[in-house]
Amino acid sequence: MTTSTMTEQADTAAPDDDVAERLDGDWGRRALARLRVSRSGWLTVGLTVVLVVIAGGLSAALILSTGGSPSGSLHAVWTGSMANAAGWSTTLLNTAPLLLVAAGTCIAATAGTFNIGQEGQVLIGAMAGAFVGLRLSVQGPLLAVLVLVAAALGGALWAGLSALMYRYRNVNIPVSTLLMTFLAVELVDWMVSSPSILQETAQGSSGLASSVSNPLPAAGRLATTGQYPSLQLNAGLYIAVILTALTAIMLTRSRWGFRLRMMGLSPLAAKHAGVRVALLSGVALAISGAFAGLAGGVLLASPIGSNRLQSGISDNVGWDGLLVALVARNRPGVAVPVALLFGVLRAGGDFLSSTGVPYFLVDVVKSLLVLAFVAPPILIDAVLRRRASRGVVAHLPAAPATPEVAA
Amino acid sequence: MSAVNDASTILASGVRLTIPLAFAACGEYLAERAGTMNISIEAMMLGSAFTSVAAASATGSPTIGLIVGLLTGMLIGFIHGNLSHRAQINTFVVGLVLNSLVLGLTSYLISTNTFTSHQVSLLSIPGLRDIPIVGKALFNDRWPAYLLILLVPLTWWVVERSRWGLELRAVGENPHAADVTGIKVNHRRRQALLWCGTLAGLGGAYLAVGEVGSFNQNMTAGRGYIVIAAVIFGAWRLGRTMLGCLVFGLSDAMRLALPALGVTLNTQLLIAAPYLLALLAMLLFTTTQREPAALGQPFDRSSA
Repeated sequence: MTTSTMTEQADTAAPDDDVAERLDGDWGRRALARLRVSRSGWLTVGLTVVLVVIAGGLSAALILSTGGSPSGSLHAVWTGSMANAAGWSTTLLNTAPLLLVAAGTCIAATAGTFNIGQEGQVLIGAMAGAFVGLRLSVQGPLLAVLVLVAAALGGALWAGLSALMYRYRNVNIPVSTLLMTFLAVELVDWMVSSPSILQETAQGSSGLASSVSNPLPAAGRLATTGQYPSLQLNAGLYIAVILTALTAIMLTRSRWGFRLRMMGLSPLAAKHAGVRVALLSGVALAISGAFAGLAGGVLLASPIGSNRLQSGISDNVGWDGLLVALVARNRPGVAVPVALLFGVLRAGGDFLSSTGVPYFLVDVVKSLLVLAFVAPPILIDAVLRRRASRGVVAHLPAAPATPEVAA
Repeated sequence: MSAVNDASTILASGVRLTIPLAFAACGEYLAERAGTMNISIEAMMLGSAFTSVAAASATGSPTIGLIVGLLTGMLIGFIHGNLSHRAQINTFVVGLVLNSLVLGLTSYLISTNTFTSHQVSLLSIPGLRDIPIVGKALFNDRWPAYLLILLVPLTWWVVERSRWGLELRAVGENPHAADVTGIKVNHRRRQALLWCGTLAGLGGAYLAVGEVGSFNQNMTAGRGYIVIAAVIFGAWRLGRTMLGCLVFGLSDAMRLALPALGVTLNTQLLIAAPYLLALLAMLLFTTTQREPAALGQPFDRSSA
């Protein structure tokens, strides 16, 4: 442990394993050891900060190059999202569906299944919710519950189709979920353009119906606490937070979550340990679809829009939720602040566009931030590993070849 | 006579809608044979469409616009290649972020700038253009379209017959075996992405300064994803991929033309056709066996 190479290797492997062993039983000191940040951890944090600053600088340069004012734009985002209770209400309203999508993505990704079709699953969820909300003649808050359940089932079914395609025809999951997204957009568009299915009943002076559904009846909407000038909280946020907490607990503390993680790390090892890999990965994909579908139901039933189904209702929530999970590196707990950040950007972006700066600026900032957060750990890990392997390669015999596992 | 005219019009419009897809599909085909499931092709097409219009507006020459667009696609391919095949960031993640970045960037810039309109010239071949039905479609196009006559066979030859292409396919099928024989796997994949970006850039630029002459927000509108669908539909073979592009281009043309002809066909179904056909092709035919075995899997020597 004298050379720097060896220390780094120990650091990158499991920084708190030996420490935890020695301090067995001493809970407080073990917790402290857990908090100890390894050298690669510090490097990651440092590089992230540098990249975030660069991302901010690039965004500011972009605003300046088009004759805008960076500080003015930042102030507009602040005013629209966090400066007062009304801003916070909008931010939290935007956060709830993002968090739901992200929590679902964490489940699929932990199982080693890469779902990128959340946008379509959100849409199908909203569609199923609209069907139930507009067709069932149920009174009272039971209708809202049914809308959400239908939305979750719709999303699960849509993702489940991809799981079945993978199971029986070996169709690549990222590819099928991506293609299914575009099918979902057209399916919803067709439904809200067909008077016999979900299109609004013709109204008004023109007598022409647009491609939207009728608004969800009041009983089907999610309740909101609080009045306008003060903070308003929608039931969707509670649902999102509770489900995210449940996801975090299930993934890290339950037997089911352990199987899922084992499968994500090595499907072959999991198979030999008796995990039904094909079934479990399909279930994980369907659950992530259910979360996305539920997000669609929340979009439909909360005052974020007009409570009407239309092909634009998802408004990139699926894509953004996926990015939230990527930035949070598939940990539901970390997804909460990240979803809040994205909610701030969405709410602030809406306010920003009312000041004359195009909303698209937020998309640029968002993408740059995602890169700034996603890249550092992978970069640092790659560099350290390369340096470490250069150090040991002379002393070790060549590693025996292991058969490749189809992902 | 009218039916012949209608067919001729739809075919001509279908071919015009096919050409940008065909350029990009050549690139996507090559990248996927090397094992990269490149979804940033949408970013490559959209970004190059924007820069080609900007460059044409600044210089007054659509040809320079075309070249700048091509270089933009190459740049995006370079970025994608380095992030996913050097820094080892998941290729889908890189693609998603690049798509969202380029969409935001071009949308922002087009709403804060105005550009003058420029279009490359028409190259009409006398004699051949008068052939009934197909003449107008095949021999009366913007000049860069004829580059396809060169590029499609060239791409086929490079992938299927050259040593570089053999190594490329090896990298897509079994990167570890390729690595053992001394092929630099990630290097090859980055090269494939550069080439893919160049061709997709040409496709995007052709769409902007070739067909339309201007840029509007989210101009490609998912054409990159249609290209991916075409490669899947074509079962990772160039000929069938080109056929897929033609089918999708024609279905797009029919969507635009049929209402005027008084035929009602489900618009949404026609828009969804490429994705539906790609999925059906994967489900019904045994073409999934032709998928490059290591498609979408990162290569890292130490993780073997």
